[in-house]
Amino acid sequence: MDGEELTEQETALYDRQIRVWGADAQRRLSKSHILVCGMKGTVAEFCKNIVLAGVGSLTLMDDRVVTEEAWSANFLIPPDENVYGGKTIAEVCCDSLKDFNPMVRVSVEKGDLSSLDGEFYDKFDVVVVSCCSVTTKKLINEKCRKLSKRVAFYTVDCRDSCGEIFVDLQNHKYSKQKIEETIECQLQYPSFEEAISVPWRALPRKASKLYFALRVLEQFEEAEGRSPGEISIADLPAVLKLKKELCEANALNASHVTDSLLERLIIGTREFPPVCAVVGGILGQEVIKAISCKGEPLKNFFFFDVMDGKGVVEDVSNPKKESK
Amino acid sequence: MVSERQLEAIKGAKVLMVGAGGIGCELLKTLALSGFQDIHIIDMDTIEVSNLNRQFLFRQSHVGQSKAKVARDAVLKFRPQMSITAHHANVKDPKFNVEFFKQFNVVLNGLDNLDARRHVNRLCLAADVPLVESGTTGFLGQVTVHVKGKTECYECQPKPAPKTYPVCTITSTPSKFVHCIVWAKDLLFAKLFGDRNQENDLNVRSSDAASSSDHAEDVFVRRKDEDIDPYGRRIYDHVFGYNIEVASSNEETWKNRNRPKPIYSADVMPENLTEQNGNVAKNCVVDTSSVSAMASLGLKNPQDTWTLLESSRIFLEALKLFFAKREKEIGNLSFDKDDQLAVEFVTAAANIRAASFGISLHSLFEAKGIAGNIVHAVATTNAIIAGLIVIEAIKVLLKDTDKYRMTYCLEHITKKMLLMPVEPYEPNKSCYVCSETPLSLEINTSRSKLRDFVEKIVKAKLGINFPLIMHGSNLLYEVGDDLDEVEVANYAANLEKVLSQLPSPVTNGTMLTVEDLQQELTCNINIKHREEFDEEKEPDGMLLSGWTQAPPAKDDKQSMNDKQSIGNGGDSSNALQTEPADAVKDGEMEEISEPSGKKRKLSEGSKASILDATDGTRNHKEVEKLDDDDDDDVVMFDDLDSMTNKKKRLQ
Repeated sequence: MDGEELTEQETALYDRQIRVWGADAQRRLSKSHILVCGMKGTVAEFCKNIVLAGVGSLTLMDDRVVTEEAWSANFLIPPDENVYGGKTIAEVCCDSLKDFNPMVRVSVEKGDLSSLDGEFYDKFDVVVVSCCSVTTKKLINEKCRKLSKRVAFYTVDCRDSCGEIFVDLQNHKYSKQKIEETIECQLQYPSFEEAISVPWRALPRKASKLYFALRVLEQFEEAEGRSPGEISIADLPAVLKLKKELCEANALNASHVTDSLLERLIIGTREFPPVCAVVGGILGQEVIKAISCKGEPLKNFFFFDVMDGKGVVEDVSNPKKESK
Repeated sequence: MVSERQLEAIKGAKVLMVGAGGIGCELLKTLALSGFQDIHIIDMDTIEVSNLNRQFLFRQSHVGQSKAKVARDAVLKFRPQMSITAHHANVKDPKFNVEFFKQFNVVLNGLDNLDARRHVNRLCLAADVPLVESGTTGFLGQVTVHVKGKTECYECQPKPAPKTYPVCTITSTPSKFVHCIVWAKDLLFAKLFGDRNQENDLNVRSSDAASSSDHAEDVFVRRKDEDIDPYGRRIYDHVFGYNIEVASSNEETWKNRNRPKPIYSADVMPENLTEQNGNVAKNCVVDTSSVSAMASLGLKNPQDTWTLLESSRIFLEALKLFFAKREKEIGNLSFDKDDQLAVEFVTAAANIRAASFGISLHSLFEAKGIAGNIVHAVATTNAIIAGLIVIEAIKVLLKDTDKYRMTYCLEHITKKMLLMPVEPYEPNKSCYVCSETPLSLEINTSRSKLRDFVEKIVKAKLGINFPLIMHGSNLLYEVGDDLDEVEVANYAANLEKVLSQLPSPVTNGTMLTVEDLQQELTCNINIKHREEFDEEKEPDGMLLSGWTQAPPAKDDKQSMNDKQSIGNGGDSSNALQTEPADAVKDGEMEEISEPSGKKRKLSEGSKASILDATDGTRNHKEVEKLDDDDDDDVVMFDDLDSMTNKKKRLQ
């Protein structure tokens, strides 16, 4: 897309959303480059949303082969071996996504995420990772933060009928409307590592239990050398033991993180499609806000749980510390 | 993780989706992925380009085709084993009767207008099928659950009707840009290009009524052999010059208002227009659909706000192009937001009028949104809402009554939430729809005719379009294909009688029964005779009461149900209410859109009719605002405080 003005084609196609966020934001979207790793159902939803929104390009990374589990929650993969046979998840999704908006460049990148250097990440404005170990998340986040250009970093994961989004926009300047005025604002975000290092006691008493439960599972998978989600009911005793240890270390009552929640998250190996739609939608909105610099982005964790039906934002940051 | 119980319920469920648009596409996809096997979809619309930014099951190549059918085909591609039945039809069609609705375990709405929603609500009540309602606009969205006997029905809290403006505001005393748009669209455009025989309030009646009306008729009709340029200028001068001078001369009207300034073409465009355009590349396209005054004049960007001069040039050029390229359509045209030339003309005319009255001018993009009643929409909100709908649908299938929730998708974080679930309310015992409570109507039975009752109460307020009206066992009025000539004549005659003169006289204390056979709705109305009505507050000369309204809005703030689920096409004016100042919020913020937050002002649109003092009689006939939009739904954010203080919750 060249030139400053939106083309006639874009104006016609994007009319309804330009009425929401304005032509200026639409132009910024059309120049933005998104990288996405780990294509499960929620990420598929996010990709659909972001392609429809009209970003400049979307790069997909997921070298896994297509399985029944893959297409069961991912509408971008037709359940037809003739179509997906021999292809990776990213490749099949790429073909489907291209269809949604011919003006967006959708492509596939192969390889190991953690081995890619800063120069690679520099090509993007937004990086979204899913199904990654906690070590990988920290690593990629750091690589992004080392770049001189701001690369927005997100993680998104859904287990059972819950979902979590993490947002790191580093130092983010944006505008928001207050009555008839436009105000300029700024937010400082901690890195993923900084965020999860915040002592549990520092968080509000009513903070979402999901936050703690997911951190326990993360740690467990890391310690046992498992891939994310590679966990079963047989692991429950070990997980509960770890939970107790972590709670003690954080001077938190063990009952604060309920056993039933952990059990539920362990047993629920598959994503629940309505949750993918909800979380993928929220993530889509957040990325659009970050790119357009319009509207207050959420800081810095979002949780959704079908059980209580709430979509909650938690600010997990150390107020005294100045992030980069 | 879906339990066995849930899986079974899902697999065996028969679901009806009403609407295959923004919410519909997302919903169908999520239902399919969630394991639903048997779905019927009803949608009467065809696909348009502006749908493609979010109705992702559709492609450019599908433009013009049925939404229901294309959606079905698209989903069958990734779930070929499903049974999806597509109905390209209007849900109000009699074939979708109570029997039809009874076959479903749950009905899921993805509609864009109040009328259809009320209709579906009544059919679901009659069929005793649970209904999951929803709506979105921009970043706002909501999902509500309605189960007969257990929760409120969709109409337990009356929804505001689409916004209308008093005629005098439009014809004489506009104060907002939307008034200028309505004038340009419903009066000027209609007069020039629409049905000549239609009644039109275009001219302000001067004190000398007779001569001015003669003058008016001559003015708008193009004389034989009259060149287009002088004709255009003549129209311009009449509506923006002469009419304004006449209106301006009335002292009463302008006592407390700024007088408008008359504008004459010679003052704005002194040179001959054809000379002006001589050097500009002309649009020589024969294809009528791409004829454009903007292109002709080299004004490319629809987001630019034209000056008075540019607006005037567009006005004349558009008029010229209509006559030059689309003469055959003149006399039959109605405004269509997708008709580029019509939008240009209306924008230009509205801008010139605005200039006259000291109202700020707007870009074509903005004007089109107002005139076309366009609802702004994005994919993400629809996706979120669709996910929430499926979650509720599953609860409904399992009859997990305690778990039913109304969920609000908020634009700004409130109490740390972006998605806020609330327990549904119990049915409103005074709801005339689900609780069959009688209503009361105050009316002058010696002055008001049966026709007034039918039009203003039965159809407009009660939403009963095919009524049967009885007084005891006497049929006063009905519609139907099976009536014989005598009956038809009889009913026609009844319409013209005042209530007290009907064959079965309707007077103080009479109880009328109004029924709609299709909706299986019966409504009893107690008649109370009243002599006088306040012309300003009760312009219809009738007052309907009986079901408990929501608490009246304080100042400009709207109570929850007013804002809740307006989702109704013609209501984009109300859609963008300024949020109440006292609502508890973190980081209070307006929406992202830039001052096409000018739309917010529409919501404050004056309901109070302003006296048109040039006219001896006070005429408060309301000009119906804007048409239903084909687009997606509008929803209001609610005031949290009123919500938590409100009525009993579902136990």
